[in-house]
Parts: sequence; C-alpha cells; structure tokens
Amino acid sequence: MSPRSLFDPPGFLSKEDAQALAKRVLAFSKAEQTRVTIIAGARGNTRYAVNQVSSGGDNANVMVSIRSSFGTRSASTTTNKLDDTSLRASVDLSERLAKLAPEDPEAMPELDAQTYDESPGWSTVTANLDPAGRAAAVRAVTEPARAAKLAATGYIESDARANAIATNKGLFAYGRQTSAAMTTTVRSPDGSSSGWAGASHTDWSRIDAEALGARAIEKARASMNPVAIEPGRYTVLLEPTAVGNLVQLLAFALNARNADEGRSFFTKQGGGNKIGLKVVDERVTLASDPLDPDAAALPFTPEGAPAKKTTWIENGVVRNLAYDRYWAQKQGKSATPLIGSLKMSGGTTSMEELIASTQRGILVTRFWYIRPVDPRTVLYTGLTRDGTFLIEDGKITKAVKNLRFNESPVFMLNNLDAMGPSVRVSASEDGSPGFAIVVPPIKAHDFNFTSLSDAV
Amino acid sequence: MTDRRDFLKKSAQVAAAVAAANAWKATGGVASAFASVSTRPVEEIPDSTIRELMMTGLNAAKVAGAGYADVRLGRQRQNFVFTREDHIQNVVDTDSMGCGVRALVDGTWGFAATRVLTKDGVSAAAKEAVSIARANRSARDRPVVLTPNPPTPNGTWKSAYVTDPWSVSVEEKAALLLKANAEALKVKGVKYIFSGLFFVKEERSYANTDGTVTTQTAIRSWPLMQITAINADQSDFQNRTNIAAPMGRGWEYVLERDLAGHAQQWGEEAVQKLTAKPVEVGRYDLVLHPSHLWLTIHESIAHPTELDRAMGYEANYAGTSFVSPPEKILGQLRYGPEMMNIQGDRNQEGCLGTVGWDDEGVKPEPFLIIKKGVVNDYQTTREQAAWLDWWYKKEKRETRSHGCSYAQNWDNVQFQRMPNVSLLPGDKEQSFEDLIAATDKGIAIIGDGSFSIDQQRYNAQFGGQVFHEIKGGKIVGQLKDVAYQMRTPDFWNSMDMIGGKKSYEIGGSFFDGKGQPGQINAVSHGAVPSRFRNINVINTGRKA
Repeated sequence: MSPRSLFDPPGFLSKEDAQALAKRVLAFSKAEQTRVTIIAGARGNTRYAVNQVSSGGDNANVMVSIRSSFGTRSASTTTNKLDDTSLRASVDLSERLAKLAPEDPEAMPELDAQTYDESPGWSTVTANLDPAGRAAAVRAVTEPARAAKLAATGYIESDARANAIATNKGLFAYGRQTSAAMTTTVRSPDGSSSGWAGASHTDWSRIDAEALGARAIEKARASMNPVAIEPGRYTVLLEPTAVGNLVQLLAFALNARNADEGRSFFTKQGGGNKIGLKVVDERVTLASDPLDPDAAALPFTPEGAPAKKTTWIENGVVRNLAYDRYWAQKQGKSATPLIGSLKMSGGTTSMEELIASTQRGILVTRFWYIRPVDPRTVLYTGLTRDGTFLIEDGKITKAVKNLRFNESPVFMLNNLDAMGPSVRVSASEDGSPGFAIVVPPIKAHDFNFTSLSDAV
Repeated sequence: MTDRRDFLKKSAQVAAAVAAANAWKATGGVASAFASVSTRPVEEIPDSTIRELMMTGLNAAKVAGAGYADVRLGRQRQNFVFTREDHIQNVVDTDSMGCGVRALVDGTWGFAATRVLTKDGVSAAAKEAVSIARANRSARDRPVVLTPNPPTPNGTWKSAYVTDPWSVSVEEKAALLLKANAEALKVKGVKYIFSGLFFVKEERSYANTDGTVTTQTAIRSWPLMQITAINADQSDFQNRTNIAAPMGRGWEYVLERDLAGHAQQWGEEAVQKLTAKPVEVGRYDLVLHPSHLWLTIHESIAHPTELDRAMGYEANYAGTSFVSPPEKILGQLRYGPEMMNIQGDRNQEGCLGTVGWDDEGVKPEPFLIIKKGVVNDYQTTREQAAWLDWWYKKEKRETRSHGCSYAQNWDNVQFQRMPNVSLLPGDKEQSFEDLIAATDKGIAIIGDGSFSIDQQRYNAQFGGQVFHEIKGGKIVGQLKDVAYQMRTPDFWNSMDMIGGKKSYEIGGSFFDGKGQPGQINAVSHGAVPSRFRNINVINTGRKA
C-alpha cells in the first residue's frame, strides 16, 4: 500500500487545529461581527473507461471564508493561503468590501455559542482509501466485464473533510465527514446495450465493488436489443436510485419564503403556504436527520445554528418548510434549516413482489438529465437510462428503449401503489457522493412518459 | 467610513491587489509574482519564480519516473454581488491558488494538486502524481500516446477585456443592479426580482516537459436577472430570466448590456406570460433566436462531437454519442442541410472558451466540425488526435490536437472540453424578423429555458423565455407552457432558413458540466436566427 498522501499537513484539520486557525483569523478582525468558515478536505478519485483506468488524482485544500459586518453592511472573502499575512489581508478585504456594501435590511446578527450533537458521518476506512485500493476496486469490475466481452466505465470518489465555523461572539462548531461513491456503466462493445449500478456511503467498506459490477453486467446483458414502446402513462417500478433521483428534487422546493411569496408548489392559493395540508400519499414520510448513521449530515448550518432532525412531510401532510433565520423571525416562526440528507420512509414489499404484482409496467434503473420545467408543479423532465425493462404479467419480459418523462415527484408520490424497504443510494447525476439520500423502491401508476429515445 | 468616497476613487481593485500581494509574500516569492500580474503589462515573460516552481515540479516528476509531465500553477478569483428587489443580498470575493501536476508514467496518467506553493510542496505533488500513475498502471491495457505539439517557450496571453471588474467598486456594482430592479418593479404585476453580477478572473501559468511555458489571464462576466410576476390570487406565477449571455469580457460588457434600460421590457414579458395563451399541442415551424438557439447547439451538436464521448470514455456520466463510431461518421453522417456549417473556435474574441493555449500547450486553430451539413471533425486533445490519424491522412490534413484540453482550476486534472462551437451565418443577409415574416404557422422563441437531452444526444426537450405565436408571417400574441421535443438529426435536417452575418449573436454557459469529478467549463456559442420545420411542441402546464 502506498501512503495515503505525501502532503503535509494532512488534508483535513483536527478540531484543535481548526480552532487555532479560527482564533488566528478572528484576532485580525476589526469588524463589529465576524464569522470564519473553514472547509479543509482531501478528495481522491479514479476514473476508468472501456475496462481500464483512464485518469485519477488526489487533491487537498483548505479554504477559509471570512464574513465581516458593520451594522447591516456585510461582505465575504475566501482564501486558501493560511499564513498570517494572507489571512490578515483576506480579513482586511472583507472589511473594506463590507463597509462599501449597501445596507441589507434582512441582515441577521451572528450567533453566539451553541451546542451541537455529534454526527456519525466519519469513517476511517474511507479517509484511508488510497489509489491502490481504488485501482483494486476498479479491477473487481473491469475483469469480470472483460471476461463477459463487455466494456465497463466508471468512477470512484472518496472525500474526507472537516468543517468548522467560528464567530467573534463565541460560537465554535466543528464536524468532520467522509463520503465515498462508486458507479459503473457496463456496455456492449457495439453500443447495443447498457447497464448501470452504483452505491454511496459514509463508509467505503459498505460498498461492494464486485457485487456492484456483477449487477451492472447483468443489466447490460438483459438490455440487449431494446424494443420501442408507445410513450404514454405507465405503471412504473422505480429502483431506489430512480426514486432518489426524483424525490431529492422535493428538497429544493421546500423553501417557506418562496411558498409564502406565491411562487412555489407549496404556495396555498389565496395566500400562505401548505403546512398542515396533505400533498402526497399518506404512506409517505420525508425527513432529514443529521444523526442518522445511514444518512448522516453536518449537525450545524452554514451560519453555525444547530441542525436537528426535521420531518418535512409526515404521512403525506406537510409538517415543515425550510425557514431561514430572517424569514422565520418575520413570520413569527422558528428557523428550520435545510439539512444535507433526506430519508423517505419505505414499505416491506420486496422488489420481486413488486414485479410479480405488476400486470404491465416499466422497470427503471435510473433517470438522467433531470431539469426543472415548471416550478408551479415541481415538474421536471428527464430520461430513463442504463436498464429499462417491460414487465408483463408479473415478469420482466424484455428490454425497452429509453423514454423521456415530464413528471413531478408530487404527482408520482400521489400515485403510489407499493414500496419496498429504504436504502442508501447514489442519486447524484455525476456520480459524486453528494448528499445522503435514503429511499425505497416504489411502484406507482400513471407515470407520464412523453417521448421515445433512440439512445442506448 | 470617512474615507469611503476617497477609497472608492482609488478603487476597490487596489484593495484586492494589496490583499493579493500580501497574501503571496508569505509564500516566498511566488506570491509577488502573481500579485504583479495584475499591475504589469502582460506582454512580459512569465515571472521567474513561477517558472522556477513549475520547473521544480517537472523535474520532480521526471526524476520519479514520468515520461511526460505538465504543471499548472493557477489562481482563480470570483466576485459576485447579488440583490433582490430594493436591497443587497450578498457580496463575495473568493481567491484560490495552487498547483496541479499531471504525470504520464508508462502510458498511464496520474494527477495530484496542492495549495502549498513552495518547491517542496510542488515536488511532493509531482511525486504523488507519479505514484498514483503507478497505482493506476495495474488496471490499464493500452498506453496513452500524445500527439506531438511544437513547444511555446515563452507565451503570454490576455483575454479581451477592457475594464477589470475588480477595478469597479462593490458600491457601483450594487447600484447598477438596484437601479435595474427598480425599473422592473415599475411594471404592474412584477412582484419579485433577483439580480446579480458574477465575475471570474483566472491567472494560469503552465509548463510541460516538451518545453512549453505560458502565462494567461482571462476574465469572464455574467449579468443575471430573474423577474417574477404573480397573479393577485396567487394562482399563477411566471418568470423572465436568462436576460444576458455571460461573456469573456470585462465590466464594459456589463455596461453595454444596460440592464436598467431593458428591465421594464423584461418585466412586461413576465407579466404578459400570466395571461398568455397556453400552447396547443402540435407541430409548428419554429423560428429560434440566437439567445435561444445557442443552447440547442450546445446540447445537440457541441456535446455529441466530443471525441472522448464518442469513444465511450464518458459513458458513466455525461454519456456516449450517437455521432459514433468515427469511421462510420466522418465525411458520411449528414447532420443537416448544405447551409449548415458548425465551427469550433477557441480564438473567437470575447468568448468564454477562448484561450491563447490550451491546458496541454496547444495553440488552437478554428476547425469545421460540420461542413456543408456533413460531419467533418471532432473536438480533440493530444491524447485523442492520434485516434483520427486515418481520417486526417485521407483528408491530407495534419494530425494535431484541436486544443480542447481544459481543467476548471488548479486542483482538477485537465481533459477534453468543448471549444466555442458556433453556427456560421448563411450567405443571404436575413434577420429574425425576416424569418418570422416568411412563416405561416409557427412559434418564435427568445431566450433559453428548460433543457434536457439523453446520454447519446438524440432526444432533447427545450423550453424558452418568450414565445411569440406566428400566424401569416405576423406575431399575433404570446404563448406559455411551450416546450419542443426533438430527435437531433431530424431536427437539424428540418432547418430551412438561417440568418446572415448581421444577425449573428453570441450566447453561452458559465457552468457547462462534464467529467468525474464534475468539472465546469465556460463556453460560448454563436448563432444566427434559424427556422426549423414541423417540430413537435408539447404543453408543459399541469394542474397542481
């Protein structure tokens, strides 16, 4: 094993180091209020294409952001130079910019000392994953793919990061997190079939490269010679990744202010928002909990406020929307921050049972190029990809060509038929670990496919 | 605060420059090198200290066993000012510096990056890049071979800006935005405004073991505005956004766009959408304005003609391409009509993807990707150009990289990214209005909106900002909830009219994503207004 990194200092900072660095920065500040944010991390990645490593690299960086305020005038600067002279210069610049900035009537005071929970988002295995370890995981996918006369392309990323926040009013928050993801797309050499599998977790040892490769190979084999079907409304069986691709979009729509201002799905016609109203099937509960070991997130917000478990939708009813500190104060509510993870409740039906119970439907492995079309209905468009199959009379009968949808996760979760158990997925389009998303496989009716794609 | 006006006169860039100069001193010399970049004429040769560090990196890589290596020493700054309605939201200035080393060892790549800009720091990164390449060696079959490229021993280049946005005070930037917001808010029905200015400044020094050493400075500017109109009973809201293209220019470009002068018009367009007629599903002739068409070109031509995609290298994220395999495509695939010429060009003045040299030291030249409607070339790097050797020989062209290697910053490895890719004007001088006048039943679309395309770039769907209904050669009113769906080759082959030179305009993206880890590329696309026959239009409005 080669060393994790030849760099000195290491890629992330300990709590003591972060505290010392924040103190140094605050000592230079002359503003009425100052907030220092430190993000120190290392990222390792390996790419492979057509059964061999194509590139890979490691980097490490420490970014220090300084937000300075005089009354309601504020500005921020960021630097990655940590010597005293550089830090002082960055503090000075933020103070000069702040003095020149117009007043912000929505400015909120910096927070003083807070207490935080300990997040379970760190894995030493992930932090120690090295290029040789990544190359071994690549071979666990490419060698079986080559033996099967298929071409595997994919990506492994591991991140280890420390986040710290300090203010001149005594706040200090520190948290460290790891994340890892592996994804692979296995294709036939003639481009007539494609299969995908992926996984993401805090802990790299929870990702089984060989099993993941075998799944993608199986999908590629089953995807040969897809047939065209008519676009239209179909019953769909969405694997957990496909559910994650769509359900995570709801998080962006949960903004209370947009709802109150009349420009959101969560706007109530006539005024106000939809808190307390049922918007999706009563089996759906959506929550964020920074302390959930399967969906860990930083236990504080970018302003240093504690992040607590928040239930957004409970049994189909909107319980909370995200209020920033200003809007909460203005509306007489308590601030409810967005949290970097999302978990959807599941059911007990297995994937096999979901298939067996379906007379005619489409099984979707994952969605791709998902972009907003209409914020009034959280309507998005995108396409199926890398493993789309027709189910007839309770069995997968053939591979079908990919389809474009125009659909909303809101409509989809209203049309819910059944769910399996929730699992952690790799739901980012680019294969980065992204936010922790835990979702079930679901079966839903009347999913709106609007056109056919020739893409394999 | 007493020195406020005085300080303004001296300008904020002084502050920024001083900060930068101080920031660099501590690292022992390199620093002063960069600080002086902002004040001295760029024609000077790269600073000896930067050069020394880069040479240290190259030597360390060679000693460790690299057959080829390159070093990029970069500083990237971002500045943004965001407002809503009548007040400021955010003022941010970021600064990131560091060095990335790429090493080719026994035909396998390795890359490592560090923010520690000392000889030891750069050497350590170089050694790590070599050790990563060695680890990767165990999982490769075919060695990487680079197409030769003549070295540039002392290159300097500066993008086409007149006024550095860092020389403009935050007060002036905020005032410009707040004035535009106030103008838009004068329109009855306009309720909310978001506006912003986003600037990027890149100083990039580069050296490779072929003997190339270059230093480049580029500035990019993007004015942003989103105007929201809302019905009295909150039953509907509509946005007008994407009001101006980002460009590879400076503050002068922001002033030219005159946000305050156009804000009322944009506000009226948002309000009109509230009462616009929902589009009837069906087939229409589309007259697409360059402010819209640039994105269709980006997605359905520029991406599928990236050679790494066509060869399967991006299959896991960005996807592959229907423009593949090259041996069945080049000189054979008809993409569109005879009048269709698509050019890749990293020399186009004021564009986002314009450079002096790419991130492999290649001086780019314009090249025709589609010539008279037929695929003529792909976008390439030095690793890829050799893959098309057979085609260039057949065409009696030189086998050379088109200079499409780019990394978003010092901490990412470079790979193939698109150049500025543009639809060249037609021979006949005709305008957007001329195309509308020639159309019987159609929709004219201005501005880019929603967009999505499959992983081989066949099936796409595009929205827009303003949709004018055309009947009998005249605009008869606004439509809403419009999106068109297309199959790329059918769409481009349905193009039957294109504008002339005078109608050419440039659009672009600040944030084109590709690669794993995802990297951003800024790129421009020139276009002329064009007409497409009999295109499938859907209605995207649904009841909540």
